[in-house]
Amino acid sequence: MVPLFSAEGLSSLVFIFIVMTTVLGAVIATHSERLIRAVTGLAICFIGVAGLYYYLNSPFVALMEMLIYVGAVCVTIVFAVMLADPKPEGDTTKQSIFTGPLSFALGILLFWGLSALAGKTTWVAPVGRVNDGSLEEVGRALLTNYSMAFELISVVLLVAIIGALVLAREGRTRTGGES
Amino acid sequence: MSIPAFGDSLITYLIIAALLFGIGFYGLVHRRTLIGMLIAGELILAGASINFMAFNRFLAPDPTVGQIFTLFIMGIAAAEAAIALSIIIAVYRNYRSIDVDDVAELKG
Repeated sequence: MVPLFSAEGLSSLVFIFIVMTTVLGAVIATHSERLIRAVTGLAICFIGVAGLYYYLNSPFVALMEMLIYVGAVCVTIVFAVMLADPKPEGDTTKQSIFTGPLSFALGILLFWGLSALAGKTTWVAPVGRVNDGSLEEVGRALLTNYSMAFELISVVLLVAIIGALVLAREGRTRTGGES
Repeated sequence: MSIPAFGDSLITYLIIAALLFGIGFYGLVHRRTLIGMLIAGELILAGASINFMAFNRFLAPDPTVGQIFTLFIMGIAAAEAAIALSIIIAVYRNYRSIDVDDVAELKG
């Protein structure tokens, strides 16, 4: 426990606000009927997650979270929503057994199970740290220990870009041939 | 007046990650459109990333491993989102719908 009117207390208040932002964004992302609002909720949730990363001593990963998820992934999903023009989910009449209370019960069960598991386990703190986890150490580890994975992920991204272009272009020529 | 220091305990982050995972799983089962399911999948990946970062901060002897793992998750998730969205666009061009109940031609 820390006193409320101090730097630690203020930081704890901001942490609670960030957690509420994250959970609220996640609920909006799964519950809104219009998909464009769901994407907005996802962006809010990712801003909250970036705040959590900041509290976990990793401002670089928080910055990357904002840059990649909020800046790139959410905008890409917005483009897909504009191109695909989905109808709102509320007026659908087809309901299966999974979409109702069963999915809610499954989500609650997973949350409860994982939380109980986290609470019951005794976590062992490390005896020492080999470095301080700063950005300099992250960059050094990326270019020494993990350089193979670092190169492979660039290949994966290249293949993903080419694959996305091929998939989107194929559909375009087909509709162009029909018209 | 005093307030618990939530940001300094591992269990808080684990519970938040479990909550995000549960909400994401619920959305993945509950949603009826492909884009909605993709959004729920991103929530699940965010929960997994928070777990990695929390273990990295509190338990790992080498505090760069979790950050690098989270960066790799971000890269893979960006590639996955790009591929999934282009598949969704292709499905929409063929079926004029992205509802999972309409895209059921292979259903037996």
